[in-house]
Amino acid sequence: MSKKRQSTPVVDRRRPTGPEDVPEAAEHTVTPPAWRPRVDPGPLLPDESPFRLLGTEAAQEADPALLKRLHRELVLGRRYNTQATALTKQGRLAVYPSSTGQEACEVAAALVLEERDWLFPSYRDTLAAVARGLDPMQALTLLRGDWHTGYDPRAVRIAPLSTPLATQLPHAVGLAHAARLKGDDVVALAMVGDGGTSEGDFHEALNFAAVWQAPVVFLVQNNGFAISVPLDKQTAAPSLAHKAVGYGMPGRLVDGNDALAVHTVLAEAVAGARAGGGPTLVEAITYRIDAHTNADDATRYRGAEEVEAWRAHDPVELMEGALRARGLADEAAFAAVREDAERFAASLRERMNADAELTPADLFDHVYAEPTPQLREQAAQLRAELDAEAASHGEDLR
Amino acid sequence: MTASAPETTGTARPARRAKAAKPATMGQAIGRALRDAMAEDPAVHVLGEDVGTLGGVFRITDGLAAEFGDDRCTDTPLAEAGILGTAVGMAMYGLRPVVEMQFDAFAYPSFEQLASHVAKMRNRTRGAMPLPITIRVPYGGGIGGVEHHSDSSEAYYVATPGLHVVTPATVEDAYGLLRAAIASDDPVVFMEPKRLYWSKSDWSPEAPAEVEPIGRAVVRRAGTDATLLTYGPSLPVCLEAAEAARAEGRQLEVVDLRSLVPFDDETVCASVRRTGRAVVVHEATGFGGPGAEIAARVTERCFHHLEAPVLRVTGFDIPYPPPMLERHHLPGVDRVLDAVERLQWEARS
Ligand SMILES: Cc1ncc(C[n+]2csc(CCOP(=O)(O)OP(=O)(O)O)c2C)c(N)n1
Ligand SMILES: [Mg+2]
Repeated sequence: MSKKRQSTPVVDRRRPTGPEDVPEAAEHTVTPPAWRPRVDPGPLLPDESPFRLLGTEAAQEADPALLKRLHRELVLGRRYNTQATALTKQGRLAVYPSSTGQEACEVAAALVLEERDWLFPSYRDTLAAVARGLDPMQALTLLRGDWHTGYDPRAVRIAPLSTPLATQLPHAVGLAHAARLKGDDVVALAMVGDGGTSEGDFHEALNFAAVWQAPVVFLVQNNGFAISVPLDKQTAAPSLAHKAVGYGMPGRLVDGNDALAVHTVLAEAVAGARAGGGPTLVEAITYRIDAHTNADDATRYRGAEEVEAWRAHDPVELMEGALRARGLADEAAFAAVREDAERFAASLRERMNADAELTPADLFDHVYAEPTPQLREQAAQLRAELDAEAASHGEDLR
Repeated sequence: MTASAPETTGTARPARRAKAAKPATMGQAIGRALRDAMAEDPAVHVLGEDVGTLGGVFRITDGLAAEFGDDRCTDTPLAEAGILGTAVGMAMYGLRPVVEMQFDAFAYPSFEQLASHVAKMRNRTRGAMPLPITIRVPYGGGIGGVEHHSDSSEAYYVATPGLHVVTPATVEDAYGLLRAAIASDDPVVFMEPKRLYWSKSDWSPEAPAEVEPIGRAVVRRAGTDATLLTYGPSLPVCLEAAEAARAEGRQLEVVDLRSLVPFDDETVCASVRRTGRAVVVHEATGFGGPGAEIAARVTERCFHHLEAPVLRVTGFDIPYPPPMLERHHLPGVDRVLDAVERLQWEARS
């Protein structure tokens, strides 16, 4: 192969350079009839590296109240994660997918929303629900196992935790679309993991959102793993944020451990959606410090050095550093927040230690608006069994 | 045809003969039900593939986009999970979406949304967030469709608690049951027997019959000797079989189930106890098909009234055949009559 290559000569197609007997090509400069110009992809493309604020010049100008609020929620959030994990060891939670290391995303997602907005969390996002103000007992109902959801989603505008990956995303789109049709300036923020972006529902949701210009913000927490599977087995895309461009929506890349940066990027996306600017995909680069859940053994698929490297980029410490640098908090202030977090954890522990109140009749009462005749029969059967059980227990006591 | 069959229901509600009735097809009645529901309730939204400008591949939604606008009758991107998934979100916000699946076998991509969310949301939230979604599924064979256009997929839906599964067999029911489905606060899979889309009845859209509640079967033809239990596309087959059996001296009762979930044990068992014999007829495959459940229920509840085992006439346990072979698969009049013959008549003397 010749190393010295001429750049392709510019050919004037109107004057063919071929032999004389070749008939002159008819002029045909138009594009195929079906082709239509689409949007310019340039402005949709994500930045080359994740957007950061903490530890940069720009953080100097950040609102002190916001920084303090984020810090407080991060500290409470970290304590919530350790407490919930401890509750699995005590048999008080059936399972807990920890968001330790991801608190910046969880907290920022909650704080950017107005009361009328909706949050669509996945199983890993109970902290976002709690940071939004939901009672942790209610947030943890699914994971405790006494029911599938512990709250009225409409009352708190938090969709039930979604376990089937990415299936909550089209819900967020439909809800946001419905709100827009009604003329309500409601925004939906939907959360999903890096692995979830491979699901068909991720694709369908983003496509619908873009076509409908629905006021939705998709927050992908790229925490490095889908259980054991790293991102390079999940996608060949330049980044997850780049996927947005194919749908015609902006993709944003942000340091997911920088709570201020996540808050800023999400707030901008939410404001854009609210103003009629359509959806945004935000990819937050973060790391799952704990195993997938308490039932997982992460040592089978990753080394301790990797985890340690990420511990050095801890979202809570990043924020504390920023507050110190700005002189916005001293050790006493940090201690006070930690004490609040301890009180919060103690209250959760205490309430979780009480046995759940279970109502077996509930199993039949909510399948349909009216139980079918078949369900009525089955409810009666269970009731009779329970009565018999209770009666025999009574005899035992006597 | 079916519509002129005597109607004596378990609920003893006589069919109201509409005034100035003109022949209408089942497809038109379904379209009219959509239109009336949309006119009555602004929360009703129709969405699906080609439902807007085109009016759907079966023209069921013809005119809806023109009358109500694209926001009420929406051509969606081609994505069945997306259609049903966004319908879930719309219902969460208080709308009452009616989703059209283009064909039975093209509803499968939406199954995760259906099984994991549509069917479970009310229960998941202890009744706080019901999903009033209607999913219209044109189903069944007999139209010469190539692969993926003739599945009888009802067993999948029936096996999913939290869904109502309804299927009309007459023009009147197509209107009435669809209105009831849309009005229901529960998700309803509304299975439309596509080969009956062009069936006609003297039915007036101007004075449609009263909307009956979902969950009641109806006796379409009274008889004393055996009961044919059927629904949707197989009803005309059973009525024809009953007519043929009469010539041979057998009086067959024909029950149109109309609703597979909830299942009307009362009407079904009352009929079987009267006649002492039963055959379940449907196009869906027999193994694990609705007929298996129905035969078991009838046996459990009517055992001492039965003169013979409950038999089933169903599609074979094969993927739906190509158009040139489908007639061998579909339960026809002869197969129904053969089954009736095998109901151990000699035992009773
Ligand atoms: C549809 C579906 N398939 C598989 C699973 C099982 N599962 C639960 S979590 C998970 C990994 C998801 O990874 P990711 O989306 O990155 O989220 P993360 O757990 O890291 O927050 C898998 C495979 C599931 N919940 N849903
Ligand atoms: Mg992940």
